[in-house]
Amino acid sequence: MKADHILVRYSEIALKGKNRADFERTLKGNINRALASFSGAKARRTTGRLVVDTHDEDEEAIMGKLQHIFGISSLSYARKTSHELVDIQATALRVLQGQPDAKTFKVSARRSFKSFPIRSQQLNHEVGGYVLKNTEGVTVDVHQPDVELLVDVREHGTYISAGKIPGPGGLPVGSSEKVMLMLSGGIDSPVAGYLALKRGAEVEAVHFHSPPFTNERAKQKVIDLSRILAGYGTTIRLHVIPFTEIQQYIHKEVATNYEMTIMRRMMMRVSERVARERDALALVNGESLGQVSSQTLSSMHTIEEVADMPVLRPLITMDKVEVTDIAGQIGTFETSILPYEDCCTIFLPAESKTKPKREKANFYESFLDMDEMLEKAVSNRETITIDANEPSSPAFEELL
Amino acid sequence: MIYLDNSATTLPFDEVLDTYQKTAIRHFGNPSSLHDYGSEAEQLLRQARQSIANILNINTGEITFTSGGTEGNNIAIKGAAYARRARGNHIITSAVEHPSVLETCRYLENHGFEVTYLPVDEEGHVKLQDVKEAVREETILVSIMHVNHETGAVQPVEKIAEWLRGREKIRFHIDHVQGVAKVPLPLKNSGIDLCTVSAHKIHGLKGIGLLYIREGVQVEPLFHGGGQEQNVRSGTENLPGIVAFAKALRLSFERYQEAKSTLEKNKEMLIQACREREGMTVNTPENDSAPHIVNVSVFGTRPEIVIQALTKKNIHVSSKSACAARLQTASEVLAAQFGHEERAETGLRFSFSSETKDADIKQLMSALDEVVPEIRRVNEVKI
Repeated sequence: MKADHILVRYSEIALKGKNRADFERTLKGNINRALASFSGAKARRTTGRLVVDTHDEDEEAIMGKLQHIFGISSLSYARKTSHELVDIQATALRVLQGQPDAKTFKVSARRSFKSFPIRSQQLNHEVGGYVLKNTEGVTVDVHQPDVELLVDVREHGTYISAGKIPGPGGLPVGSSEKVMLMLSGGIDSPVAGYLALKRGAEVEAVHFHSPPFTNERAKQKVIDLSRILAGYGTTIRLHVIPFTEIQQYIHKEVATNYEMTIMRRMMMRVSERVARERDALALVNGESLGQVSSQTLSSMHTIEEVADMPVLRPLITMDKVEVTDIAGQIGTFETSILPYEDCCTIFLPAESKTKPKREKANFYESFLDMDEMLEKAVSNRETITIDANEPSSPAFEELL
Repeated sequence: MIYLDNSATTLPFDEVLDTYQKTAIRHFGNPSSLHDYGSEAEQLLRQARQSIANILNINTGEITFTSGGTEGNNIAIKGAAYARRARGNHIITSAVEHPSVLETCRYLENHGFEVTYLPVDEEGHVKLQDVKEAVREETILVSIMHVNHETGAVQPVEKIAEWLRGREKIRFHIDHVQGVAKVPLPLKNSGIDLCTVSAHKIHGLKGIGLLYIREGVQVEPLFHGGGQEQNVRSGTENLPGIVAFAKALRLSFERYQEAKSTLEKNKEMLIQACREREGMTVNTPENDSAPHIVNVSVFGTRPEIVIQALTKKNIHVSSKSACAARLQTASEVLAAQFGHEERAETGLRFSFSSETKDADIKQLMSALDEVVPEIRRVNEVKI
């Protein structure tokens, strides 16, 4: 066992006044939800940081969960001890011994509990000297130590930790407002969702499903992707929109080279309606400038016309390689590349306009009777709430 | 019945059989089929893979399901050797490996590879220094087992992995068949590239196992076909076996953890009892050995005869690896450890499970006290 506590640090510039309390409360809530399966492990607020008492649970597994929670800047394994110097020394030694590769170290003491009688400088000496005396082959290096022993004397005890593990940064999910993610099942849109979560947005998702042209696996894939996103500190509500009728209608009624543009305008309209119903204030998608014909500026200009809310595109400036890298890091890549047909690729005409015009799109749509169809798609949607803590299939869970 | 041959195979847990049967009936679809039965089977396969990945703390993409230990070792060794052939042709292994490693290496010797078989010391341990000295420019693969199947010796694989970690050219394979769920072996960031595990040694079913292939490591497939298992191992997935494997792995990790102190106590008790007997020598090393295997040489007997006599008393033990037991020769493992002397020809192996009770050990000892003097009397051996 490395530790009995994990220290959670956060740093965002705009943490002032009431914001700070909200930020801390949201972060603490997200941590405790993520740690729900570890009975006993709970986050507590102390000045300027949070502390998770691991209560004998698997601290590496807990650390793994915490590394997924936005709003955390860095983490440390720590041991808690009393205000007695002998305890502090013995614990510091134990913490250092938990770092077998450490050949050099330094002690950095901090004393926010000011009634503690030993000043920080003196404490550095007392602890460093004790560790030196009781180890072999370990020396002090104050400039570039292998390990920095952090001794933090606080009102209700002393925390001793070694080294910082980077957190994911960002803002706690739920500290910004709600967005509606257009989630296709490809590589890009899950990454866009991840980045929205990273900036603290609460995320719901819409997915367009066109049975029998897209099958259950394509839908399952999107559920699985949502579950991975839900692992970043939140539950995700997924709206699966029945889209077959609209697609067939467009395919029949619209000139081939505008089919794709009109279909995307329909998706935009449906997403916006769901967003309004769910009090989301923006749409998020995985578009990157110029990546495919629907992602030229002309296309975006024409498609976005029908949405009366901001359309956020977190990937807009990224190359495919950069997006793929993130997908690999966040664990969505393997799922995203499963080869199932999604509704963007069926009925796809051989040629689409790369520079569609708003006037033309509006002209074609003037012959369509779409209101009722859109309404039906929205109201017949299937809503699935995905909680990362719950097994994806209880029936399977029993077998495993 | 007292079953002390758990290194050969184990009794499947009831829960594992239950899972196998339910999966075989409810989810018989081919995971590659597009209909609902197929996609349900595929979903279950993914969840089982995820569950195993969580237990072993590896990524799902690093798991290739195989038919068991022999296949895992074959894919790892031949697959890595052929994938790295352009870089060199030298392989390092030890003299005490399981036949599925040794014979695979001997096969490769007939196909243009050179193999160094490292010796072991009196305790049956490979030395890191020997590995270092054996490595040369052409070395592309090192394959060392974790826990020895006959003596229970735990090899210093973590140290070897650590040393090999920076040597990008050399792949490191571990035969972890006897160690999994019994002796911890963290895989993540360890320098281990390939690792073989089998289900039936941990109360799963026969015919299923896995090979850990670290992300980025290439192996040539031995089977070609539909491209299942990331193209490494084509063939329709053995879904009931895999799901039951996931269950067996989970339960084994829990139950061996709980049984750890009992296992160690029983092992100590048996070793102590054998030391007290005339003409018995313990071959299991005192340090760095697994908690579930005890190997003892009983002088003046032939192991086959002791095994027969014990099995009549409903106590089931073995001599060497089950895969070599039918050959009437000395144990290669013990011979590597002690030379070809009587000690290598008279080894008996007792291997426990999480269910082994101390009463079983006591009964084993009193049975040995009965049958061994009788066998020696017939053989006219005086101790």
